[in-house]
Amino acid sequence: MTAPAYNFAYLDEQTKRMIRRAILKAIAIPGYQVPFASREMPMPYGWGTGGVQVTAAILGPNDVLKVIDQGSDDTTNAVSIRKFFVKTAGVKTTTTTTEATVIQTRHRIPETPLGDHQVLVYQVPIPEPLRFLEPRETETRRMHALSEYGLMHVKLYEDISRHGHIATAYAYPVKVDDRYVMDPSPIPKFDNPKMNDCPALQLFGAGREKRIYAIPPYTQVVSLDFEDHPFEPYRHDASCELCGATDSYLDEVITDDRGTRMFVCSDTDYCGTRRAMGHGTAAEDTEAAHDDR
Amino acid sequence: MSALDTEEPLLVADGLTKYYGRQLGCRDASFELYEGEVMAVVGESGSGKSTLLQLLSGQIEPTSGRVLYRMRDGAATDLWSMSEPMRRFLYRTDWGFVHQDPQRGLRMGVSAGGNVGERLMAVGWRNYADIRGVATDWLGRVEIPEDRIDDTPRTYSGGMRQRLQIARNLVTSPRLIFMDEPTGGLDVSVQARLLDLLRRIVSEMRLAAIVVTHDLAVARLLSNRIMVMKGGTVIESGLTDQVLDDPHEPYTQLLVSSILPA
Repeated sequence: MTAPAYNFAYLDEQTKRMIRRAILKAIAIPGYQVPFASREMPMPYGWGTGGVQVTAAILGPNDVLKVIDQGSDDTTNAVSIRKFFVKTAGVKTTTTTTEATVIQTRHRIPETPLGDHQVLVYQVPIPEPLRFLEPRETETRRMHALSEYGLMHVKLYEDISRHGHIATAYAYPVKVDDRYVMDPSPIPKFDNPKMNDCPALQLFGAGREKRIYAIPPYTQVVSLDFEDHPFEPYRHDASCELCGATDSYLDEVITDDRGTRMFVCSDTDYCGTRRAMGHGTAAEDTEAAHDDR
Repeated sequence: MSALDTEEPLLVADGLTKYYGRQLGCRDASFELYEGEVMAVVGESGSGKSTLLQLLSGQIEPTSGRVLYRMRDGAATDLWSMSEPMRRFLYRTDWGFVHQDPQRGLRMGVSAGGNVGERLMAVGWRNYADIRGVATDWLGRVEIPEDRIDDTPRTYSGGMRQRLQIARNLVTSPRLIFMDEPTGGLDVSVQARLLDLLRRIVSEMRLAAIVVTHDLAVARLLSNRIMVMKGGTVIESGLTDQVLDDPHEPYTQLLVSSILPA
Protein backbone atom coordinates (compact mmCIF):
# COMPACT_ATOMS: atom_id res chain seq x y z
CA MET A 1 0.00 0.00 0.00
CA THR A 2 1.39 3.33 -0.97
CA ALA A 3 -0.26 6.12 0.92
CA PRO A 4 0.17 9.52 -0.66
CA ALA A 5 2.54 11.74 1.26
CA TYR A 6 0.12 14.61 1.04
CA ASN A 7 -3.61 14.92 1.46
CA PHE A 8 -5.86 17.94 1.18
CA ALA A 9 -6.30 19.68 4.57
CA TYR A 10 -3.71 17.57 6.41
CA LEU A 11 -5.93 14.70 7.64
CA ASP A 12 -6.27 11.53 5.56
CA GLU A 13 -9.65 10.77 4.05
CA GLN A 14 -10.51 7.92 6.46
CA THR A 15 -9.95 10.20 9.43
CA LYS A 16 -12.08 12.89 7.85
CA ARG A 17 -14.87 10.38 7.30
CA MET A 18 -14.69 9.34 10.94
CA ILE A 19 -14.89 12.98 12.05
CA ARG A 20 -17.74 13.71 9.62
CA ARG A 21 -19.70 10.79 11.03
CA ALA A 22 -19.27 12.26 14.51
CA ILE A 23 -20.34 15.68 13.19
CA LEU A 24 -23.46 14.23 11.56
CA LYS A 25 -24.40 12.50 14.77
CA ALA A 26 -23.79 15.71 16.72
CA ILE A 27 -26.06 17.63 14.37
CA ALA A 28 -28.74 14.97 14.71
CA ILE A 29 -28.67 15.28 18.52
CA PRO A 30 -28.21 19.00 19.21
CA GLY A 31 -26.00 19.67 22.22
CA TYR A 32 -25.00 16.03 22.75
CA GLN A 33 -21.27 15.37 23.11
CA VAL A 34 -20.24 12.76 20.55
CA PRO A 35 -16.97 10.94 21.31
CA PHE A 36 -14.56 10.76 18.40
CA ALA A 37 -11.08 9.40 17.83
CA SER A 38 -9.21 12.68 18.10
CA ARG A 39 -5.84 12.67 16.29
CA GLU A 40 -2.51 14.11 17.20
CA MET A 41 -2.21 17.42 15.41
CA PRO A 42 0.99 19.36 14.71
CA MET A 43 0.20 21.79 17.51
CA PRO A 44 -0.17 21.45 21.27
CA TYR A 45 -3.44 20.63 23.00
CA GLY A 46 -5.12 23.83 24.05
CA TRP A 47 -4.24 25.53 20.78
CA GLY A 48 -7.37 24.40 19.03
CA THR A 49 -6.65 20.83 17.97
CA GLY A 50 -10.36 19.99 18.18
CA GLY A 51 -11.41 22.96 16.10
CA VAL A 52 -8.68 22.29 13.55
CA GLN A 53 -9.79 18.70 13.07
CA VAL A 54 -13.41 19.73 12.59
CA THR A 55 -12.36 22.43 10.12
CA ALA A 56 -10.12 19.99 8.23
CA ALA A 57 -12.99 17.51 7.95
CA ILE A 58 -15.50 19.99 6.53
CA LEU A 59 -13.21 22.16 4.43
CA GLY A 60 -13.61 21.99 0.64
CA PRO A 61 -11.35 23.50 -2.05
CA ASN A 62 -13.84 26.30 -2.71
CA ASP A 63 -14.30 27.32 0.92
CA VAL A 64 -13.13 30.66 2.21
CA LEU A 65 -11.64 30.39 5.67
CA LYS A 66 -11.53 32.95 8.45
CA VAL A 67 -9.82 32.22 11.76
CA ILE A 68 -10.30 34.37 14.85
CA ASP A 69 -8.90 34.25 18.33
CA GLN A 70 -10.69 36.38 20.95
CA GLY A 71 -12.37 38.14 18.03
CA SER A 72 -9.09 39.09 16.43
CA ASP A 73 -7.75 37.93 13.07
CA ASP A 74 -4.14 38.76 13.82
CA THR A 75 -3.20 37.07 17.11
CA THR A 76 -0.74 34.17 17.19
CA ASN A 77 -3.32 31.41 17.39
CA ALA A 78 -5.43 32.79 14.53
CA VAL A 79 -2.44 33.52 12.31
CA SER A 80 -0.84 30.11 12.75
CA ILE A 81 -4.04 28.14 12.19
CA ARG A 82 -4.80 30.22 9.10
CA LYS A 83 -1.28 29.60 7.81
CA PHE A 84 -1.68 25.90 8.55
CA PHE A 85 -4.69 25.63 6.26
CA VAL A 86 -3.16 27.83 3.59
CA LYS A 87 -0.23 25.44 3.52
CA THR A 88 -2.12 22.13 3.75
CA ALA A 89 -5.30 22.95 1.83
CA GLY A 90 -4.43 26.00 -0.23
CA VAL A 91 -7.85 27.48 0.43
CA LYS A 92 -8.65 31.16 0.14
CA THR A 93 -8.60 32.96 3.46
CA THR A 94 -10.18 36.18 4.53
CA THR A 95 -10.55 38.40 7.55
CA THR A 96 -13.95 39.65 6.43
CA THR A 97 -16.76 37.86 8.26
CA THR A 98 -19.26 38.18 5.43
CA GLU A 99 -16.91 36.64 2.85
CA ALA A 100 -16.05 33.55 4.87
CA THR A 101 -17.82 30.21 4.49
CA VAL A 102 -15.99 28.52 7.36
CA ILE A 103 -15.02 30.50 10.46
CA GLN A 104 -12.92 28.84 13.10
CA THR A 105 -13.11 30.71 16.37
CA ARG A 106 -11.67 30.74 19.83
CA HIS A 107 -13.60 32.60 22.56
CA ARG A 108 -15.85 34.80 20.39
CA ILE A 109 -18.73 34.85 17.94
CA PRO A 110 -18.32 37.55 15.24
CA GLU A 111 -20.42 40.70 15.73
CA THR A 112 -21.65 40.63 12.13
CA PRO A 113 -24.70 38.32 12.02
CA LEU A 114 -23.91 35.01 10.32
CA GLY A 115 -25.79 33.63 7.35
CA ASP A 116 -27.04 30.15 6.47
CA HIS A 117 -24.12 29.59 4.06
CA GLN A 118 -21.62 29.78 6.90
CA VAL A 119 -20.24 27.30 9.42
CA LEU A 120 -18.83 28.43 12.74
CA VAL A 121 -16.26 26.05 14.28
CA TYR A 122 -15.47 26.54 17.96
CA GLN A 123 -12.33 25.42 19.75
CA VAL A 124 -13.37 23.84 23.04
CA PRO A 125 -11.07 23.19 26.00
CA ILE A 126 -13.53 21.45 28.34
CA PRO A 127 -16.73 20.24 26.72
CA GLU A 128 -18.43 18.97 29.88
CA PRO A 129 -20.45 21.73 31.58
CA LEU A 130 -20.92 19.60 34.69
CA ARG A 131 -17.24 18.74 35.06
CA PHE A 132 -16.29 20.97 37.98
CA LEU A 133 -19.40 19.99 39.90
CA GLU A 134 -19.27 16.25 39.26
CA PRO A 135 -15.83 14.79 38.59
CA ARG A 136 -17.01 11.32 37.51
CA GLU A 137 -17.44 10.95 33.76
CA THR A 138 -19.78 7.94 34.20
CA GLU A 139 -22.00 10.06 36.41
CA THR A 140 -22.08 13.15 34.16
CA ARG A 141 -23.01 10.98 31.16
CA ARG A 142 -25.84 9.47 33.15
CA MET A 143 -26.96 12.93 34.23
CA HIS A 144 -27.09 14.03 30.60
CA ALA A 145 -28.94 10.89 29.61
CA LEU A 146 -31.59 11.43 32.26
CA SER A 147 -31.60 15.25 31.96
CA GLU A 148 -30.71 15.64 35.62
CA TYR A 149 -29.52 19.20 35.45
CA GLY A 150 -30.29 20.47 38.95
CA LEU A 151 -26.57 20.61 39.64
CA MET A 152 -26.03 23.25 36.95
CA HIS A 153 -28.31 25.56 38.89
CA VAL A 154 -26.37 24.85 42.08
CA LYS A 155 -23.41 26.49 40.34
CA LEU A 156 -25.47 29.56 39.49
CA TYR A 157 -26.89 29.59 43.02
CA GLU A 158 -23.35 29.66 44.39
CA ASP A 159 -22.55 32.60 42.14
CA ILE A 160 -25.47 34.63 43.44
CA SER A 161 -24.84 33.74 47.08
CA ARG A 162 -21.19 34.78 46.77
CA HIS A 163 -21.39 37.78 44.45
CA GLY A 164 -25.01 38.91 44.58
CA HIS A 165 -25.50 38.18 40.90
CA ILE A 166 -24.63 35.44 38.42
CA ALA A 167 -20.92 36.14 38.11
CA THR A 168 -20.18 33.51 35.46
CA ALA A 169 -19.02 35.74 32.62
CA TYR A 170 -17.83 33.20 30.06
CA ALA A 171 -18.59 29.56 29.21
CA TYR A 172 -22.07 30.33 30.48
CA PRO A 173 -24.15 27.11 30.37
CA VAL A 174 -26.97 26.87 27.86
CA LYS A 175 -29.77 24.42 27.16
CA VAL A 176 -29.97 23.38 23.52
CA ASP A 177 -33.29 22.53 21.89
CA ASP A 178 -34.83 22.11 25.36
CA ARG A 179 -32.84 18.93 25.99
CA TYR A 180 -29.06 18.96 26.52
CA VAL A 181 -27.18 21.38 28.73
CA MET A 182 -24.08 22.45 26.85
CA ASP A 183 -20.89 24.38 27.48
CA PRO A 184 -20.69 26.99 24.71
CA SER A 185 -16.85 27.01 25.03
CA PRO A 186 -15.29 30.03 26.74
CA ILE A 187 -17.14 32.70 24.78
CA PRO A 188 -18.26 35.72 26.84
CA LYS A 189 -21.87 35.46 27.92
CA PHE A 190 -22.40 38.58 25.78
CA ASP A 191 -22.28 36.20 22.80
CA ASN A 192 -24.75 33.65 24.17
CA PRO A 193 -27.86 35.22 22.60
CA LYS A 194 -26.18 35.03 19.17
CA MET A 195 -26.26 31.21 19.33
CA ASN A 196 -30.02 31.15 19.59
CA ASP A 197 -31.86 30.67 16.30
CA CYS A 198 -28.62 31.27 14.41
CA PRO A 199 -28.84 30.61 10.64
CA ALA A 200 -25.27 29.27 10.55
CA LEU A 201 -24.27 25.74 11.55
CA GLN A 202 -22.25 25.78 14.78
CA LEU A 203 -19.77 22.96 15.41
CA PHE A 204 -17.72 22.45 18.56
CA GLY A 205 -14.51 20.43 18.65
CA ALA A 206 -12.59 19.41 21.76
CA GLY A 207 -9.35 17.71 20.76
CA ARG A 208 -7.88 16.67 24.08
CA GLU A 209 -11.25 15.60 25.49
CA LYS A 210 -12.18 13.88 22.19
CA ARG A 211 -15.70 15.28 21.87
CA ILE A 212 -17.64 16.94 19.07
CA TYR A 213 -21.00 18.63 19.52
CA ALA A 214 -23.15 20.89 17.42
CA ILE A 215 -25.99 23.37 17.23
CA PRO A 216 -27.85 22.95 13.93
CA PRO A 217 -29.10 26.11 12.18
CA TYR A 218 -32.17 27.78 13.66
CA THR A 219 -32.03 25.86 16.94
CA GLN A 220 -33.28 27.21 20.23
CA VAL A 221 -30.45 27.94 22.67
CA VAL A 222 -31.43 29.21 26.11
CA SER A 223 -29.01 30.48 28.76
CA LEU A 224 -29.79 29.01 32.17
CA ASP A 225 -30.91 31.39 34.92
CA PHE A 226 -33.23 31.95 37.87
CA GLU A 227 -36.65 33.60 37.64
CA ASP A 228 -35.54 36.38 39.97
CA HIS A 229 -32.00 36.56 38.58
CA PRO A 230 -32.50 36.44 34.81
CA PHE A 231 -29.66 35.96 32.35
CA GLU A 232 -28.04 39.23 31.35
CA PRO A 233 -25.36 39.61 28.70
CA TYR A 234 -22.49 41.69 29.98
CA ARG A 235 -20.47 44.35 28.23
CA HIS A 236 -18.34 47.20 29.51
CA ASP A 237 -20.31 50.42 29.88
CA ALA A 238 -18.38 52.27 27.20
CA SER A 239 -18.09 52.68 23.46
CA CYS A 240 -15.23 51.55 21.26
CA GLU A 241 -12.59 54.28 21.17
CA LEU A 242 -11.65 53.43 17.62
CA CYS A 243 -14.98 53.02 15.86
CA GLY A 244 -17.43 54.36 18.43
CA ALA A 245 -19.55 51.19 18.45
CA THR A 246 -21.88 50.92 21.43
CA ASP A 247 -23.22 47.46 20.63
CA SER A 248 -20.05 45.39 20.36
CA TYR A 249 -18.11 43.39 22.90
CA LEU A 250 -15.20 45.46 24.17
CA ASP A 251 -11.66 44.58 25.17
CA GLU A 252 -10.04 46.64 27.88
CA VAL A 253 -6.54 47.60 26.78
CA ILE A 254 -3.99 49.03 29.18
CA THR A 255 -2.02 51.65 27.25
CA ASP A 256 0.71 52.66 29.68
CA ASP A 257 2.01 51.87 33.15
CA ARG A 258 0.05 54.69 34.81
CA GLY A 259 -3.29 52.92 34.54
CA THR A 260 -4.52 54.59 31.38
CA ARG A 261 -6.82 52.29 29.50
CA MET A 262 -9.01 52.24 26.47
CA PHE A 263 -11.91 50.14 25.32
CA VAL A 264 -11.87 48.73 21.80
CA CYS A 265 -13.97 46.22 19.89
CA SER A 266 -12.64 42.70 20.37
CA ASP A 267 -13.90 41.85 16.87
CA THR A 268 -11.20 43.44 14.70
CA ASP A 269 -13.06 42.89 11.43
CA TYR A 270 -16.20 44.57 12.77
CA CYS A 271 -14.20 47.51 14.11
CA GLY A 272 -12.18 47.91 10.92
CA THR A 273 -15.25 47.77 8.69
CA ARG A 274 -16.96 50.45 10.75
CA ARG A 275 -13.92 52.70 10.62
CA ALA A 276 -13.66 52.24 6.86
CA MET A 277 -17.25 53.43 6.69
CA GLY A 278 -16.26 56.61 8.53
CA HIS A 279 -17.53 55.79 12.02
CA GLY A 280 -15.66 56.70 15.16
CA THR A 281 -13.42 59.48 16.31
CA ALA A 282 -10.17 60.43 14.64
CA ALA A 283 -6.99 59.18 16.28
CA GLU A 284 -5.93 62.68 17.38
CA ASP A 285 -9.16 63.17 19.31
CA THR A 286 -8.54 59.95 21.17
CA GLU A 287 -5.08 61.15 22.12
CA ALA A 288 -6.54 64.44 23.33
CA ALA A 289 -9.07 62.60 25.44
CA HIS A 290 -6.24 60.73 27.13
CA ASP A 291 -4.36 63.93 27.91
CA ASP A 292 -7.41 65.38 29.63
CA ARG A 293 -7.38 62.67 32.25
CA MET B 1 -54.33 11.03 56.05
CA SER B 2 -56.71 8.24 55.10
CA ALA B 3 -56.93 4.95 56.96
CA LEU B 4 -55.46 3.18 53.94
CA ASP B 5 -52.25 5.13 54.26
CA THR B 6 -51.53 3.77 57.66
CA GLU B 7 -52.70 0.23 56.99
CA GLU B 8 -50.47 -0.48 54.01
CA PRO B 9 -46.78 -0.78 54.73
CA LEU B 10 -44.54 1.85 53.18
CA LEU B 11 -41.71 -0.53 52.47
CA VAL B 12 -41.73 -4.31 52.23
CA ALA B 13 -38.58 -6.39 52.12
CA ASP B 14 -39.27 -9.85 50.84
CA GLY B 15 -36.59 -12.53 51.17
CA LEU B 16 -33.72 -10.16 50.40
CA THR B 17 -30.52 -12.06 49.69
CA LYS B 18 -27.23 -10.78 48.41
CA TYR B 19 -24.16 -12.78 47.55
CA TYR B 20 -20.93 -11.08 46.61
CA GLY B 21 -19.72 -13.89 44.41
CA ARG B 22 -19.58 -16.82 46.87
CA GLN B 23 -19.44 -14.50 49.83
CA LEU B 24 -22.71 -14.01 51.64
CA GLY B 25 -23.69 -10.41 52.25
CA CYS B 26 -27.17 -10.80 53.59
CA ARG B 27 -29.62 -13.73 53.61
CA ASP B 28 -33.38 -13.84 53.46
CA ALA B 29 -34.27 -10.57 55.17
CA SER B 30 -38.00 -9.94 55.27
CA PHE B 31 -39.91 -7.25 57.12
CA GLU B 32 -42.43 -4.48 56.70
CA LEU B 33 -42.00 -0.83 57.56
CA TYR B 34 -44.95 1.46 58.12
CA GLU B 35 -45.21 5.20 57.80
CA GLY B 36 -43.80 7.07 60.78
CA GLU B 37 -42.01 4.00 62.05
CA VAL B 38 -38.33 3.91 62.91
CA MET B 39 -36.50 0.64 62.57
CA ALA B 40 -32.99 0.07 63.87
CA VAL B 41 -30.64 -2.51 62.41
CA VAL B 42 -27.92 -3.48 64.86
CA GLY B 43 -25.07 -5.94 64.79
CA GLU B 44 -21.31 -6.09 64.79
CA SER B 45 -19.30 -4.97 61.78
CA GLY B 46 -19.44 -7.47 58.95
CA SER B 47 -22.87 -8.68 60.00
CA GLY B 48 -24.56 -7.44 56.82
CA LYS B 49 -26.14 -4.23 58.13
CA SER B 50 -24.77 -2.00 55.43
CA THR B 51 -25.51 -4.56 52.71
CA LEU B 52 -29.10 -4.66 53.89
CA LEU B 53 -29.31 -0.86 53.86
CA GLN B 54 -27.92 -0.69 50.34
CA LEU B 55 -30.37 -3.36 49.20
CA LEU B 56 -33.30 -1.51 50.71
CA SER B 57 -32.29 1.85 49.23
CA GLY B 58 -31.86 0.38 45.77
CA GLN B 59 -28.14 0.99 45.53
CA ILE B 60 -27.30 -2.63 44.88
CA GLU B 61 -29.46 -5.23 43.20
CA PRO B 62 -30.41 -8.24 45.33
CA THR B 63 -29.35 -11.73 44.23
CA SER B 64 -32.88 -12.81 45.07
CA GLY B 65 -35.88 -11.34 46.82
CA ARG B 66 -37.41 -7.94 46.26
CA VAL B 67 -38.15 -4.57 47.80
CA LEU B 68 -41.62 -3.09 47.41
CA TYR B 69 -42.11 0.61 48.01
CA ARG B 70 -45.50 2.26 48.22
CA MET B 71 -45.37 5.30 45.96
CA ARG B 72 -47.29 8.49 46.69
CA ASP B 73 -50.12 7.29 44.47
CA GLY B 74 -50.54 4.28 46.78
CA ALA B 75 -49.21 1.59 44.42
CA ALA B 76 -46.60 -0.74 45.88
CA THR B 77 -43.84 -0.97 43.28
CA ASP B 78 -40.86 -3.28 43.03
CA LEU B 79 -37.69 -1.16 43.12
CA TRP B 80 -35.94 -3.12 40.41
CA SER B 81 -38.88 -3.19 38.03
CA MET B 82 -38.85 0.62 38.07
CA SER B 83 -36.96 2.49 35.39
CA GLU B 84 -33.64 3.97 36.44
CA PRO B 85 -34.78 7.60 36.10
CA MET B 86 -37.74 6.76 38.32
CA ARG B 87 -35.52 5.17 40.93
CA ARG B 88 -33.14 8.11 40.89
CA PHE B 89 -36.07 10.51 41.15
CA LEU B 90 -37.34 8.62 44.18
CA TYR B 91 -33.89 8.80 45.70
CA ARG B 92 -33.83 12.57 45.30
CA THR B 93 -37.33 13.35 46.45
CA ASP B 94 -39.19 10.75 48.47
CA TRP B 95 -36.13 9.32 50.17
CA GLY B 96 -33.17 10.56 52.08
CA PHE B 97 -29.85 8.94 52.81
CA VAL B 98 -27.69 10.11 55.69
CA HIS B 99 -24.16 8.77 55.36
CA GLN B 100 -21.91 8.07 58.30
CA ASP B 101 -19.28 10.24 56.67
CA PRO B 102 -20.80 13.64 55.85
CA GLN B 103 -18.19 14.12 53.11
CA ARG B 104 -19.99 11.46 51.09
CA GLY B 105 -23.39 12.99 51.56
CA LEU B 106 -22.46 16.64 51.06
CA ARG B 107 -20.81 18.66 48.33
CA MET B 108 -17.88 19.96 50.30
CA GLY B 109 -17.05 22.76 47.87
CA VAL B 110 -20.58 24.12 47.73
CA SER B 111 -22.05 26.46 50.36
CA ALA B 112 -24.50 25.16 52.94
CA GLY B 113 -27.35 26.95 51.17
CA GLY B 114 -26.41 25.32 47.88
CA ASN B 115 -26.19 21.93 49.53
CA VAL B 116 -29.68 22.24 50.97
CA GLY B 117 -31.06 23.80 47.79
CA GLU B 118 -29.68 21.18 45.42
CA ARG B 119 -32.63 18.83 45.71
CA LEU B 120 -35.06 21.68 45.20
CA MET B 121 -33.27 22.77 42.05
CA ALA B 122 -33.20 19.15 40.89
CA VAL B 123 -36.99 19.00 41.03
CA GLY B 124 -37.32 22.23 39.10
CA TRP B 125 -37.23 25.13 41.55
CA ARG B 126 -35.96 28.15 39.63
CA ASN B 127 -36.51 31.04 42.01
CA TYR B 128 -33.41 32.04 43.93
CA ALA B 129 -35.23 33.85 46.72
CA ASP B 130 -37.56 30.89 47.32
CA ILE B 131 -34.72 28.38 47.38
CA ARG B 132 -32.75 30.53 49.77
CA GLY B 133 -35.78 31.04 51.98
CA VAL B 134 -36.36 27.31 52.33
CA ALA B 135 -32.65 26.66 52.88
CA THR B 136 -32.53 29.29 55.63
CA ASP B 137 -35.58 27.77 57.26
CA TRP B 138 -34.04 24.30 57.20
CA LEU B 139 -30.72 25.46 58.60
CA GLY B 140 -32.68 26.94 61.48
CA ARG B 141 -34.51 23.67 62.04
CA VAL B 142 -31.23 21.76 62.33
CA GLU B 143 -29.77 24.45 64.60
CA ILE B 144 -27.18 25.88 62.23
CA PRO B 145 -26.80 29.66 62.62
CA GLU B 146 -28.31 31.55 59.70
CA ASP B 147 -25.15 33.56 59.06
CA ARG B 148 -23.28 30.35 58.16
CA ILE B 149 -25.47 29.76 55.09
CA ASP B 150 -22.83 30.89 52.61
CA ASP B 151 -19.98 28.96 54.23
CA THR B 152 -18.92 25.62 52.79
CA PRO B 153 -19.18 22.49 54.94
CA ARG B 154 -15.38 22.43 55.00
CA THR B 155 -15.56 25.18 57.61
CA TYR B 156 -18.13 23.25 59.69
CA SER B 157 -17.52 21.03 62.67
CA GLY B 158 -18.37 17.31 62.46
CA GLY B 159 -21.69 17.72 64.26
CA MET B 160 -22.71 20.65 62.06
CA ARG B 161 -21.82 18.72 58.93
CA GLN B 162 -24.01 15.85 60.03
CA ARG B 163 -26.90 18.23 60.79
CA LEU B 164 -26.41 19.91 57.42
CA GLN B 165 -26.57 16.51 55.75
CA ILE B 166 -29.86 15.87 57.48
CA ALA B 167 -31.27 19.23 56.34
CA ARG B 168 -30.15 18.54 52.78
CA ASN B 169 -32.00 15.24 52.79
CA LEU B 170 -35.18 16.45 54.42
CA VAL B 171 -35.78 19.56 52.34
CA THR B 172 -38.02 17.78 49.83
CA SER B 173 -40.13 16.31 52.69
CA PRO B 174 -39.24 12.69 52.03
CA ARG B 175 -41.32 9.91 53.54
CA LEU B 176 -38.47 7.52 54.16
CA ILE B 177 -34.96 8.16 55.32
CA PHE B 178 -32.02 5.76 55.51
CA MET B 179 -29.31 6.45 58.05
CA ASP B 180 -25.98 4.68 58.14
CA GLU B 181 -24.41 5.19 61.58
CA PRO B 182 -25.63 8.80 61.79
CA THR B 183 -23.76 9.43 65.03
CA GLY B 184 -20.56 7.60 64.14
CA GLY B 185 -17.38 9.57 64.76
CA LEU B 186 -19.04 12.28 66.84
CA ASP B 187 -18.23 12.94 70.47
CA VAL B 188 -20.79 12.06 73.10
CA SER B 189 -22.33 15.46 73.76
CA VAL B 190 -22.65 16.17 70.05
CA GLN B 191 -24.18 12.72 69.59
CA ALA B 192 -26.79 13.45 72.21
CA ARG B 193 -27.75 16.72 70.55
CA LEU B 194 -27.97 15.09 67.14
CA LEU B 195 -30.13 12.26 68.48
CA ASP B 196 -32.44 14.79 70.10
CA LEU B 197 -32.76 16.61 66.84
CA LEU B 198 -33.37 13.44 64.85
CA ARG B 199 -36.02 12.26 67.29
CA ARG B 200 -37.84 15.58 67.10
CA ILE B 201 -37.74 15.80 63.32
CA VAL B 202 -38.75 12.19 62.78
CA SER B 203 -41.81 12.59 64.95
CA GLU B 204 -42.70 16.05 63.58
CA MET B 205 -42.54 14.93 59.97
CA ARG B 206 -43.93 11.43 60.61
CA LEU B 207 -40.86 10.08 58.85
CA ALA B 208 -40.23 6.43 58.42
CA ALA B 209 -36.59 5.66 59.00
CA ILE B 210 -34.19 2.77 58.85
CA VAL B 211 -31.19 3.38 61.06
CA VAL B 212 -28.13 1.19 60.86
CA THR B 213 -26.03 1.40 63.97
CA HIS B 214 -23.77 -0.62 66.18
CA ASP B 215 -24.68 1.58 69.12
CA LEU B 216 -27.54 0.08 71.11
CA ALA B 217 -28.13 3.38 72.90
CA VAL B 218 -28.87 5.03 69.57
CA ALA B 219 -31.23 2.22 68.68
CA ARG B 220 -33.04 2.53 71.99
CA LEU B 221 -33.42 6.29 71.69
CA LEU B 222 -34.55 6.49 68.11
CA SER B 223 -36.29 3.32 67.08
CA ASN B 224 -39.64 1.66 67.61
CA ARG B 225 -38.51 -1.67 66.27
CA ILE B 226 -35.16 -3.37 66.05
CA MET B 227 -33.51 -6.09 64.01
CA VAL B 228 -30.38 -7.82 65.22
CA MET B 229 -28.09 -9.17 62.51
CA LYS B 230 -25.26 -11.63 62.70
CA GLY B 231 -23.34 -13.28 59.89
CA GLY B 232 -25.66 -11.91 57.21
CA THR B 233 -28.91 -13.07 58.76
CA VAL B 234 -31.50 -11.45 60.97
CA ILE B 235 -31.40 -13.45 64.18
CA GLU B 236 -33.88 -11.53 66.28
CA SER B 237 -36.40 -8.76 65.72
CA GLY B 238 -39.22 -7.09 67.60
CA LEU B 239 -40.08 -3.98 69.56
CA THR B 240 -36.94 -2.19 70.63
CA ASP B 241 -37.63 -2.19 74.35
CA GLN B 242 -38.66 -5.83 74.30
CA VAL B 243 -35.60 -7.01 72.47
CA LEU B 244 -33.17 -4.93 74.44
CA ASP B 245 -34.72 -5.63 77.85
CA ASP B 246 -35.45 -9.28 77.28
CA PRO B 247 -33.16 -10.63 74.57
CA HIS B 248 -33.77 -14.24 73.59
CA GLU B 249 -30.86 -15.08 71.33
CA PRO B 250 -27.51 -15.69 73.01
CA TYR B 251 -25.82 -13.25 70.64
CA THR B 252 -28.29 -10.49 71.48
CA GLN B 253 -27.82 -11.21 75.17
CA LEU B 254 -24.09 -10.84 74.67
CA LEU B 255 -24.58 -7.60 72.77
CA VAL B 256 -26.84 -6.12 75.43
CA SER B 257 -24.65 -7.20 78.30
CA SER B 258 -21.55 -5.78 76.66
CA ILE B 259 -22.75 -2.22 77.16
CA LEU B 260 -20.76 -0.56 79.90
CA PRO B 261 -23.00 0.46 82.78
CA ALA B 262 -23.47 4.19 82.86
